[in-house]
Amino acid sequence: MNFLEALGRWALFYVAEMGRMLIFVLSAFGWLARPPFRAFQAVKQLHFIGYKSTFVVVLTATFTGMVLALQGYHTLRKFGSEGLLGAAVAVSMIRELGPVLAALMVTARAGSAMTAEIGIMRITEQIDALDTMAVNPLQYLIAPKLIAGLIGVPLLVAIFDVVGIYGGHVVGVELLGVNSGTYWNSIESAVEWKDVYGGILKSISFGLIISWVCCYKGFFTKMSAEGLGNATTEAVVLSSVLILVWDYFLTALLFNL
Amino acid sequence: MLKLVGVTKTLGGQPVLRGVDLVVPQGKLTTIIGRSGEGKSVLLKHMIGLLQPDSGEVWVDNVEISRLRGHALNEVRKRFAMLFQGAALFDSLTVFENVAFPLREKLRLKGADVTTRVEEKLDQVGLAGMGHKFPAELSGGMRKRAGLARALVMQPEIMLFDEPTTGLDPLMAKSIHDLITSMQRKFGFTAVMVSHEIPEIFGISDYVAILKRGKIAAMAEPAEFQRTTDPEIKEFISVGGTLPMASSAKGVL
Ligand SMILES: Nc1ncnc2c1ncn2[C@@H]1O[C@H](COP(=O)(O)OP(=O)(O)O)[C@@H](O)[C@H]1O
Ligand SMILES: [Mg+2]
Repeated sequence: MNFLEALGRWALFYVAEMGRMLIFVLSAFGWLARPPFRAFQAVKQLHFIGYKSTFVVVLTATFTGMVLALQGYHTLRKFGSEGLLGAAVAVSMIRELGPVLAALMVTARAGSAMTAEIGIMRITEQIDALDTMAVNPLQYLIAPKLIAGLIGVPLLVAIFDVVGIYGGHVVGVELLGVNSGTYWNSIESAVEWKDVYGGILKSISFGLIISWVCCYKGFFTKMSAEGLGNATTEAVVLSSVLILVWDYFLTALLFNL
Repeated sequence: MLKLVGVTKTLGGQPVLRGVDLVVPQGKLTTIIGRSGEGKSVLLKHMIGLLQPDSGEVWVDNVEISRLRGHALNEVRKRFAMLFQGAALFDSLTVFENVAFPLREKLRLKGADVTTRVEEKLDQVGLAGMGHKFPAELSGGMRKRAGLARALVMQPEIMLFDEPTTGLDPLMAKSIHDLITSMQRKFGFTAVMVSHEIPEIFGISDYVAILKRGKIAAMAEPAEFQRTTDPEIKEFISVGGTLPMASSAKGVL
């Protein structure tokens, strides 16, 4: 009985929380459609999420591409098909690893900072101050971050894919001796429009998940330093988990139809 | 006119306001005093609709604002400006941009209009030439004064000041008090101030209200407090053993 009660309470809490999150993001998008348009804010956020994440994304992508080529080469060689190395690297990069790893890196780097920034603004009453000046915080603070996530993450994923494929080239061609022409040709013949399109769709939705979750957790931070720490942790965990779960369902939908 | 009727509020399981009745006279400076944690900041936030009462009403002229939302609430808020206890400056903006913010956002002013008004206010709060600094580079007292400049620059009908002089040295506190009273006299706005500066506030306020155990225990003109026989109020207002009125009134005015 007690267990059921606890379970029920837990379930109710999460249903209510999901409802709050949905209202939060819908009102932010609603405010986006109303003037004044915060183009400058959006560009600033894009610079923060996008440009400032470039280094860590390039670094991760390089090593991911390199290790993929290393692993792929030894597996493919067993079947005498080293010539397919480029295809193996590119397809796993574009379909899966690019979007997921880039999104996880952005969550860790920019998402947590977003939660902390908004959370501090909540604790130090800057969000209340916006309200008293009749400036809607969802419009001024949150909407530009949502836009930046939607645009910035796909751009970072594109960089991740390209750099990763070059990383694979370095290991596969220059270290392991696969023919360079073969590497590029196999990519050209194996990668389909559907892969690219799927990757873009994934990265857009991951971008939304990151800004949504991280803004929400910051916006409703409990009024203490401990609350701020918890909010940041929860934002990173929830955003990462949602990315992986959503990735599974989107993959099932996109590639298995 | 600003009026609270039977306002109650429980926060974090603790009853903070237990039926506040308060009429703030138009065009006057009313100061609310009370111990730390008594709910003075919470009370101010009810006046501008940042917090909603659990029960009771908040009237701004003939609008009951406690159940207002969205556009209607914004329209009421445009008549207010507030200085927060912690100043609540925007970290990502310079001091100049902070003070310019309400001019640009609320009044849609641009260019030279903004610059003139911002620099005038920064000068008045003693922050001339500090406009390019970020809030993190200022001391607590300087942040407070920047917050004050941001509130005063709007010249609204109703001003809320949450501890404008806490953390300032006595000279600076006096000049801030002078600034508030002279602005108040010049523009005639209705002002509500929360302060611990006893006895100084008795010299500058038109009315003083005491918040105690979640209610307004007393509200009167400063002179009347001198004649009070209530021992608790007497103790409260005669901090340091001196009777507030005689010593302060002339010194500050
Ligand atoms: N957002 C909040 N959540 C929970 N408790 C709060 C909140 N704001 C204020 N309180 C509590 O209400 C009481 C009054 O706070 P406050 O109005 O800040 O006091 P003060 O008179 O010093 O300004 C305090 O006990 C404080 O902990
Ligand atoms: Mg306070």
